[in-house]
Amino acid sequence: MFSSLWYSARLRAWAAQAALVAGVVLFVSWIAGNTATNLAERGIRTGFDYLWRPARFPISESVVTYNPSDSFFWAYVVGLANTLWLSVIAIVLATVLGLFVGLARRSSHPFLSRLAGIYVTTLRNIPLIVQLLCWYGVATSLFPAPREALQPLPGLYLSIRGVYAPSLTLAPTGAFFLMSCTLLFIAAMVAAWRYPRPSSIRRPWLLFITTAAWAVVSVALFKALGTPVGLEFPELKGLNFRGGTTLSPEFAAIILGLTIYTSAFVGEIIRGGIEAVNKGQWEGARALGLSERRIMFKVVLPQALRIIVPPLTTQYLSTVKNTTLAVAVGYPELGLVVNTVINQTGQAIESIMVMLGVFLTISLSVAVFMNWYNARVALVVR
Amino acid sequence: MLKTILATAAVGACLTTTALAQTTLDTVIERGRLICGASQGTPGFGAPDDDGYWRGLDVETCRAVAVAVLDDKDAVDFVPLSGQQRIPALQTGEIDILPRTLTWTLQRDGNGINFTTPNYYEFTGFMMPKSLEITKVEDMVGASVCVQTGSTTELVVNDTSTKNGLDLQPVVFDNTTAARQAFFSGRCDALITDAGALASVRATMADNPDDYVIFPATPYMDALTPAVRHGDDQWMDIVTWSIQALIAAEAFGITQDNIDSFAETEDPRIRRFLGLDPGNGSALGLSEDFAYRIVKALGNYGEMFDRNVGGGSPLKLERGRNALFSDGGLMFPLAFQ
Amino acid sequence: MNAPGAVYNYIEPQLPPHIARKPLLKIVFGDFLSATLTIVAIAIILSILPVLNWALINAHWNVASPAECQDGGACWAFIRAKARLIMFGLYPPGEQWRAVAVILLILAMILASLSPRLWNAKLLAVWATAIGVMLILMGGGIAGLRFVPTSKWGGLPVTLLLAVLSLGLAFPLAVLLALGRRSPLPVIRSISVAVIELVRGLPLVGLLFVAAILLPLLLPAGWTIDKLGRTLAALTIFAAAYLAEVIRGGLQGLDDGQIEAAEALGIPYWKMIWHIVLPQAIQNVIPPLTNTAIVMVKNTSLVLIVGVFDMLSAARSATTDPAWPAPSTEAYMFVALIYFLICFGISLYSRHLELKVSARAHG
Repeated sequence: MFSSLWYSARLRAWAAQAALVAGVVLFVSWIAGNTATNLAERGIRTGFDYLWRPARFPISESVVTYNPSDSFFWAYVVGLANTLWLSVIAIVLATVLGLFVGLARRSSHPFLSRLAGIYVTTLRNIPLIVQLLCWYGVATSLFPAPREALQPLPGLYLSIRGVYAPSLTLAPTGAFFLMSCTLLFIAAMVAAWRYPRPSSIRRPWLLFITTAAWAVVSVALFKALGTPVGLEFPELKGLNFRGGTTLSPEFAAIILGLTIYTSAFVGEIIRGGIEAVNKGQWEGARALGLSERRIMFKVVLPQALRIIVPPLTTQYLSTVKNTTLAVAVGYPELGLVVNTVINQTGQAIESIMVMLGVFLTISLSVAVFMNWYNARVALVVR
Repeated sequence: MLKTILATAAVGACLTTTALAQTTLDTVIERGRLICGASQGTPGFGAPDDDGYWRGLDVETCRAVAVAVLDDKDAVDFVPLSGQQRIPALQTGEIDILPRTLTWTLQRDGNGINFTTPNYYEFTGFMMPKSLEITKVEDMVGASVCVQTGSTTELVVNDTSTKNGLDLQPVVFDNTTAARQAFFSGRCDALITDAGALASVRATMADNPDDYVIFPATPYMDALTPAVRHGDDQWMDIVTWSIQALIAAEAFGITQDNIDSFAETEDPRIRRFLGLDPGNGSALGLSEDFAYRIVKALGNYGEMFDRNVGGGSPLKLERGRNALFSDGGLMFPLAFQ
Repeated sequence: MNAPGAVYNYIEPQLPPHIARKPLLKIVFGDFLSATLTIVAIAIILSILPVLNWALINAHWNVASPAECQDGGACWAFIRAKARLIMFGLYPPGEQWRAVAVILLILAMILASLSPRLWNAKLLAVWATAIGVMLILMGGGIAGLRFVPTSKWGGLPVTLLLAVLSLGLAFPLAVLLALGRRSPLPVIRSISVAVIELVRGLPLVGLLFVAAILLPLLLPAGWTIDKLGRTLAALTIFAAAYLAEVIRGGLQGLDDGQIEAAEALGIPYWKMIWHIVLPQAIQNVIPPLTNTAIVMVKNTSLVLIVGVFDMLSAARSATTDPAWPAPSTEAYMFVALIYFLICFGISLYSRHLELKVSARAHG
């Protein structure tokens, strides 16, 4: 009887699983126990109370406002905002650049496809962090000190401290002005496209006329509101430029590095997607007399998109994760902020948990979105 | 729920680990090596020379402890640590002692670290190129400052900027080397760290050291103090008194060369210091002559200072506040009895 | 239907139209678009010229003193002067032959295992022995070799060892995880899924932080694993999660009949996996496997962030020598070149393997 129990596949399966669960539970409690003992023995503070204490350390640049008297919690938020800002810009730029690279590799033009091939091979085979350090070296050695800054255009300065450009300043009426201009523009465009045009005017002309009308109205509005939007020019005051907008070398290096590195991968994904589209689609479209460009953009790319999107999302996700390398060039994204918080509070476990938690949340939400998208696309195919 | 699991597990783990837990002294003796946290390279305070042999004031502090415990100044392994790793590395037992330029602060003391006795007093300073013609903090309006994380200097930049309304622009790096390189490449107007390390950077990394000026960032002095982990009092005592032995030797006028001439001394304090009259060593769990062996191997604090950062080194630092109290400094030997 | 007497115009049978090879000039300047593209391509090539000028023509290959590098061009002489530091880090100069031997041994082993015909259990055993020998060579302490602590290891041997060891250790883990994810048993499956997705959801830098800073806090007092070992653990776990997904792809592509037939023959589970499932599954996923290998070789460079002295950290510390004026670009380019050679080599090999496999499948 026992031997039949021993050979029962179901029983063995359940026994194996029970053993595995027990093992995992034991392992986790062992780790937790060690940690608790170590923390107690060494008098290390625990808990998340520190989140509400003032951080007191500086963050060199941020997209949301930060002041050293803000809390540690806010410092994390600033780090996360910088991470997301970096990710969004790098992803958008890399996608555009990657589309060009992918199309260039497919093109029948001999120089261009070969150049794109060299570009992709080189960049994919060199670690991102090496590229980042290289770019940072270039960014901090190409341009002169602020006092000898290059000035290619009035108000635009290139120096080792970064690129300084004029920024928009909004008077109280500025927001109203910008919004009405945008709305008017949209309205004008819709009118130009939708309104049944008189057959005597060709469409480009119509567009030109509407745009010109919009410009005249906008200028009138600008005068009427009394300069609602101005430009603030950067000025050399004391040691550094003040005013205007700045592109720091750190930000430039990480954006440049991430964009170029990612574009090589995006290019390959797009090329793969295009190549996966059935050859019959090209032939069919050619037989209908469509031009090569139209075939690419109206027939092939839309179909390739279904193949492209899943690996592209994975690539975007790894770009978000790759922003953590900004630590190496000193751009204050979440990883660098976490680093600093560990130093200032000594609470390494909590800080690293915050970082891991944030990235897991991002990854899992993207995964959920992807499942939804794949399900949707699959339905459309049927 | 989670808390109860954690607590039960903790109790379980306590039962097994307390039996295994060893004092740091036992661990070091058993291992035969002392493991010492080192910086990523600050010549004069701690950096490997061309042959990979570690030299510097902080490094020799570790060597003094190794002499006291293992009777061998070379029985030390140095683990280079970045700013953010050094404290966790000490807390988790990866290193036995952290001698590198750590400022004694309440927050650190209260969070898993025990400070022994200061081996260097220094203010936090700014270094700037002379060509900018700025020599005091008040003139630094709008300056950009290269800062490295993992130090008290981050807070100093913020405090100084707020206090004087300077609007300093920090550029923060996670790595000492990167911060220094950025400064010399012109990325920042100023570099901030403790003035001793600034002098070291100026002497070893600048094309022409005379082109740079160093001035204090705050009116406050820092006590740079070797630290040990919380919870091992005996080990803390050993490190404290090994450093004290260096300072006391200088106060007694004992040097590496003349130490043997004290063998017949009648001064009861010196006799106890050298272990001629027993009691001091055994109180710490060391051999009686530990102080003798430290001075014999490394000399006294003054000799060490001179050799590494003072007149006998490229840094050429003044003794200043690091002189003995009798010479107007802050170095004060505790009573070896 | 046709009217009587109508003439039928039969088309003469024809050969397909001859595809004329377009002359180059026509491809390049044929129409507006290709002309624009040509100009763009030429502009890109021209914009690279100053870089070439800097890197080759104005460059200093051999200088008597660092000061000669002051003017413009690339200072490759710096690489010559610092090659030892970049390649071997702080490894004691007297023992350097050991580091060289390790590099040569790794290269020899890789060359020896290029041919898929040799892939068997014996080769695995040889690899295990070779890695043991490498570790002994680097670390010493026995057989009359001087002991060298891991804090003194550095440069290329560390990079290569981290890559080889992390991939080697990750592979069996990855196979287990992939089998677990395909397992019919719900508990095993969900644990495998959880591990894989957890690790893949995190940035490697985060895992390295955990390994470098947290791991000692999670282990009982007195258990110390040195920093190199801890970073290796992080790299291994990371590689295992990614390899597991690749192997799972291979398993999915496998015909169920293979497993059913093996089960019908009464072949034990592990024998079936080893002799029937894995060889076929891996053959299906050679390109993504080598891709993951390339990714892991590149990832070893991230250990710089937690302060392990790999080739990149060594290059960075070499650039701090004040005697040489700002040579950081040259140093990083040198490191980039070495990484490129390794990774490009792997991808060429992958292409070769793929061709071989498909040739065998079709021929």
